Amino acid sequence: MNMFTISGSPHVKSDESTKKIMYGVVIAMMPAMLVSIYFFGLQAVRVLFLAVLASLFFEWVIQKYLIKGPVTLMDGSALVTGILLAFNVPSNLPAWMIIIGALVAIGMAKMSFGGLGKNIFNPALVARVFLLVSFPVQMTSWPKPQPITEGLADVITGPTPLGIIKEGLGAGKTMSELKPEIPTYMQDFTGQMGGSMGEVSAIALILGGIYMLWKKIITWHIPVSMLATVAIFSGILWGINPEHYADPMFHMLTGGMLLGAIFMATDMVSSPMTNIGQLVFGFGVGLLTILIRIWGAYPEGVSFAILLMNAVVPLINKGFKPKRFGVKPAVTIKS
Amino acid sequence: MGILKTFALGGIHPKENKLSANAAIETLAIPKQAFIPMGQNLGAPSKPVVKRGDKVKTGQLLAEAGGFISTPIHSPVSGTIFKIDNILNSSGYKQPGIIINVEGDEWEESIDRTEEINSNIDYSSQEIIDKVKKSGLVGMGGATFPTYVKLMPPPGNTAEYLIINGVECEPYLTSDHRLMLEKGKEIIIGTQLLMKALKVTKAIIGIENNKPDAINHMTELVKGKEGISIMPLKVQYPQGGEKQLIKAAVNREVPSGKLPIAVGCVVQNVGTAFAIYEAVQKNKPLFERVVTVTGKAVKKPSNFLVRIGTPIKELIDAAEGLPENTGKIINGGPMMGKAINSTEIPIVKGSSGILLMENEESHRETESPCIRCSKCTYVCPMGLEPFLLSKVSKLGKFDIAEEEMIMDCIECGSCQYTCPANIPLLDYLRLGKNKTGAIIRSRGKTG
Amino acid sequence: MDNIIFIAIAALGGVGFVAAVILFFIAKKFKVYEDPNIDTVEEALPAANCGGCGFPGCRAFAEATVKSAKETKGLEGLNCPVGGNDTMQELGSILGLEVEASDPLIAVIRCNGTPTNHPAKAKYEGATSCAFAHALHGGEGGCQYSCLGLGDCEVACDFDALFMNSETGLPEVNNKCTACNACVIACPRDIIELRKRGPKDRRIFVSCVNAEKGGPAKKNCQTACIGCAKCEKVCKFDAITITSFLAYINFENCTLCRKCVEVCPTSAIWEVNFKLRKPKAEKPASVVERKASPTATEGKPIPLTVTIAAEQQPKTETKEENKDNKE
Repeated sequence: MNMFTISGSPHVKSDESTKKIMYGVVIAMMPAMLVSIYFFGLQAVRVLFLAVLASLFFEWVIQKYLIKGPVTLMDGSALVTGILLAFNVPSNLPAWMIIIGALVAIGMAKMSFGGLGKNIFNPALVARVFLLVSFPVQMTSWPKPQPITEGLADVITGPTPLGIIKEGLGAGKTMSELKPEIPTYMQDFTGQMGGSMGEVSAIALILGGIYMLWKKIITWHIPVSMLATVAIFSGILWGINPEHYADPMFHMLTGGMLLGAIFMATDMVSSPMTNIGQLVFGFGVGLLTILIRIWGAYPEGVSFAILLMNAVVPLINKGFKPKRFGVKPAVTIKS
Repeated sequence: MGILKTFALGGIHPKENKLSANAAIETLAIPKQAFIPMGQNLGAPSKPVVKRGDKVKTGQLLAEAGGFISTPIHSPVSGTIFKIDNILNSSGYKQPGIIINVEGDEWEESIDRTEEINSNIDYSSQEIIDKVKKSGLVGMGGATFPTYVKLMPPPGNTAEYLIINGVECEPYLTSDHRLMLEKGKEIIIGTQLLMKALKVTKAIIGIENNKPDAINHMTELVKGKEGISIMPLKVQYPQGGEKQLIKAAVNREVPSGKLPIAVGCVVQNVGTAFAIYEAVQKNKPLFERVVTVTGKAVKKPSNFLVRIGTPIKELIDAAEGLPENTGKIINGGPMMGKAINSTEIPIVKGSSGILLMENEESHRETESPCIRCSKCTYVCPMGLEPFLLSKVSKLGKFDIAEEEMIMDCIECGSCQYTCPANIPLLDYLRLGKNKTGAIIRSRGKTG
Repeated sequence: MDNIIFIAIAALGGVGFVAAVILFFIAKKFKVYEDPNIDTVEEALPAANCGGCGFPGCRAFAEATVKSAKETKGLEGLNCPVGGNDTMQELGSILGLEVEASDPLIAVIRCNGTPTNHPAKAKYEGATSCAFAHALHGGEGGCQYSCLGLGDCEVACDFDALFMNSETGLPEVNNKCTACNACVIACPRDIIELRKRGPKDRRIFVSCVNAEKGGPAKKNCQTACIGCAKCEKVCKFDAITITSFLAYINFENCTLCRKCVEVCPTSAIWEVNFKLRKPKAEKPASVVERKASPTATEGKPIPLTVTIAAEQQPKTETKEENKDNKE
C-alpha cells in the first residue's frame, strides 16, 4: 500500500530557491568581475580568490565548530559576501587584511547575529568599513586601472576621483580647475578611474543590475530612489554653485555609487520588506551619501550611508506597511 | 480584446496543467454503497431524518438543515439505509454520516428527468430562494457556503451585480470549464434565476483567458440575454477568490472583514448556477456534481458526473487506476485542496477535483532560513506580510497577528508557493488565524 | 565669593525644601494601602510566574491569596502547583490559616501510540506544530485521538520536565514536573492529564483517550482502550468507569491493586514505578517500556510496567531487574 503524504496546501511550489537567488547574484556580478580582472590583472584574481575562499572557510568553521549546526556552505550566501568584499577593496590589499575582512564579514556581521537572514547589516560593507577605519592607508591608495592588454607595468596608485575633488576643494581650488585632474564620464563609464575593484566600471554594474531585475532578484525601487535622490540633491547644490560642488552625473558614476545602489543596498536581508519602505530606504541612502561626501570627513559615503540606513530598516518595516486589500475602498459605491 | 482585467495586488501564475480540459463529462456508474457525511456545508452539520433499514429513493430527503447556516441533504442513490455511523471525512476525522446500500436507481417522481431545456422563468424571487434552500445547494467552488444565505442580502444592503465565477484559477481542475462548454445554456438560465432572486439587472460571468473556447461559447450564448455579459480575465491566481474576482470584474474592494454584499456584489460559481437551474427548473436537489480526476501520472485524466457519496476509489478506478508512484492524493486543487490519506473518503458537495500527485512532487523541500526577500509580500493578494504573520503565529504573539490583519488572509497559498526558503508560511498562518479567531470570538462573548 | 556660595546653598536648599513638601503631600494624598502580607506571601512563592495557578504571575496569586484569606478565612480553590504542599502550608502559616494538605500532582501522557503500536499509514509534512496538525488531519496512524508527536507540550514546559522521545514519538514526563498545567493546555488533543503522584510515585492510569468503539480503535492502535469493561468488572473499589468506550480510573478510589492492569487485553492500562511482578511459568514476563520492544507485538500483550527514572527514588533494583530481563 502506498504511504501517502499529508500536508497543508499549497501542494505545488515555484522553482524559486535561496540557492538560485544567490547564484543569480553571482552571475550578475560576473561582468564587473571580468572588468576588474581586465583592469587590475592577476592582482584582482588574487583578491577575489582570497576573499571568496576566506569567507567560505570562516562560514564553514563557524557553522561546524562554533554553532555545531548544519553546514550550509552550498547555499551561495558566503560566496556572494566574498565577491562583494573583494569588490570593495583595492586590488593591492595585503592578503592578511583580506582575510581579516572576511572574518569580520562572516563572523562579526553575519554569524554573530544568527547566520543567514538574521544579520541587520550588509556583511561585506561592515568588513569594508572595518578595514577602512583600521587600515586607512592601504584602503585609500587605489591602483590605477591598467588594461591587461597593455602589459604588466608597475602598479601606480592614486586617489579616487572623489578623493581628488575632496582634497582639491579643501585646498581652495574650484571645480573648473579640478576638471583636468578627474576622469571623463566616458572613463567613469568603462572603468578607467581609480577605485575599488568592483566599483570602477559603471557599465558592467548596470549590466548586472539589468540581469537581476530581469530575474526578479531585485526590484527597481531601491536603486532608482537612491540614484534619483543623489541626482536631485547633488543637482540642487550644483545648481547653486557649480564651482564648489561636483555635478550630479559625476556623483552617480564615481565612488561605488552604482555598486552600492545595485548590489549593496538591494541586499535582501538588510533592506526593507515593502516597496514603499524600499523607496524610503533608497532615499535615505542617497541623502546620507551626499551629506557625507560633501560635508563629511571621508570622500566616500555610500558604505556609511547604507550601513546607517540598515540600522533603521526594522523601523521602516514597522512604519511602512504594504497596501492592504480592502482597507481604503478604492471606489465608493453609488447609492 | 485589449488589456485584460485582473485584480490589483499580488498574485502568482503557477503552471496550469489543465490535463483534462478536453475530456468531456462522463457519467460515472453508481457505487454499490454510498457514504454521505452529515457535515457537507460550511456551518452547522445536517440532522438525519431517516433511520436504519429505511428504503430511500434518489432525491429523497436524508437529513434536514441543522441550523440557520446549514443545508438539507438528499439521497444521491436509491436503496436501503445500511447504518448511520461515523465515517471518515477528508481531514481523516470521523464524523456522523449515513451509509446506503444501493438498489437500482429509482428517482423521486417530482424530479424532471427529461433532457429538454426549460427556459421559462415563472417564479418570484422568494420562490426561487425557497427552492434553492430546499434543494440543499451550497457553493460548488469548494467553500460550501449555503447558497440561499447569499441570496438574502442582510437588511441595509442591496445587490447590484451578480458575478458568476467561471475563473477556475486552480491549476489542474477543469470541472467548471467543461461545465461551461457542455451545460452553457443551463448556466445562463441559472444566472437569470439568480438575477431574479437577487433582483439585480447586471450579471458578469468572469472567465480566465486560458479557456478561450469557453469564452467564445458563452459569449455566443449570452447574445440577446438582457444584462448578462462575459468578461475575459487575465490568468492570475487567486482570481477565483471572491474578493479578487470582484476587484477584477467591477474594480471594487470589499472592505476588510466585510462580505461582498457590502460593495453590492454577490459571487456564485458556475457550478452553483448550473445546480440552481436543475433545482428550480427540474426540481432536482443537489446530489451529483462534476469532479475532475487528474494528475501527471493518471492514465486518463477525466471529468466525471458523480453522485455525492461515491468513494474516491471508484473515480480513480474509472480514470484507469491509481498510478504506481502516487505520493499524495488531493481533494481539490493543488493550491487550496486537502491532502487525504485514504481512497475510501466519499465525494461531497464541495469536491471539485481529485488530484493524484507523483511521489517526487508530493514532498515538501527542506526549510531554510528566511532571507527576507519579501517575495511573499509581493504576491499576497490581500496585501499582508506573510513572513511576519507566520513568525508571530509561531511565537504565539496573536495580538500582533491580529493587528497585522491575519484574519484577512484568504489562505490562497501564494506566499508559500513562492517562498525560496521553503518555509511553511501558510501552515503557521492557518494556525495563527485559528487561534486569533478563537481569541476574537471569546472576546466577543465576554465583552 | 562667599556670597555666591551662600546664594547657591540657599537656592538649592530652598528648591529641595519646596519639592520635599510637595512630595510629602502627594505621597499622603495618593497613598495606596497594600497589605504587607502580599509581599510576604509573594516571597514565599516559587517566583516561577508560570501561571499554573490560573493567575497571571506570582504577584497576582499572592494578592488573591491574601484577599481570600481576609474575606473567606480560607484558601478555597487557590493552589500553587509548583510550590506544592510545602508552599501552601507556608502560606497558611503566614496568613494564620489551616491549609488542607493536597496531594502533589504530575502530568501523565494518556497515549501509547508508538510507531509499533500505532503504525503510520500516512506521512505528515509541514509546520512542527501539534495545533496546526490537529486542525489539518486526523493523525498519521488513523487514530484521531492519538498524540501527534510534534511537541507543543515540550515547548510549553518551562521546567524541563517534559521531552519528546524521538524513538516512540511520544512525550515523556520526568520528576521535575510541577503540575503547572501548561502542557495540558498546549495539547490540542487533551491527552495530558494531571494526576496525583501517588504513594512512592506509584500510579495506575489508562494510557488512551480513544472514545471510538472497540473495533475501529483496535484497528488503528494495538494498545487502544476498546471499552471492553473487563477492568471495570475486576475492580472491587468502583474506581473504574467507562464512558463512550473509554475506561477512566478515578484516583480517589484506586488502591493500586493492579488487577485491572492484568486483565486489560490491550495493555492500555499502565502501572508506573511498581516493582516487577514475578514471572509466571508459561508466559515470558518482560518489561515493556515506552519504546516498543518486540515482545509487545507477539501474541497477547503483556502487562506493562514502567519505571520513570528519578534520582531521589530507590529505583535501582527495578532498573537492574530491567536489565536482567532484557538479557
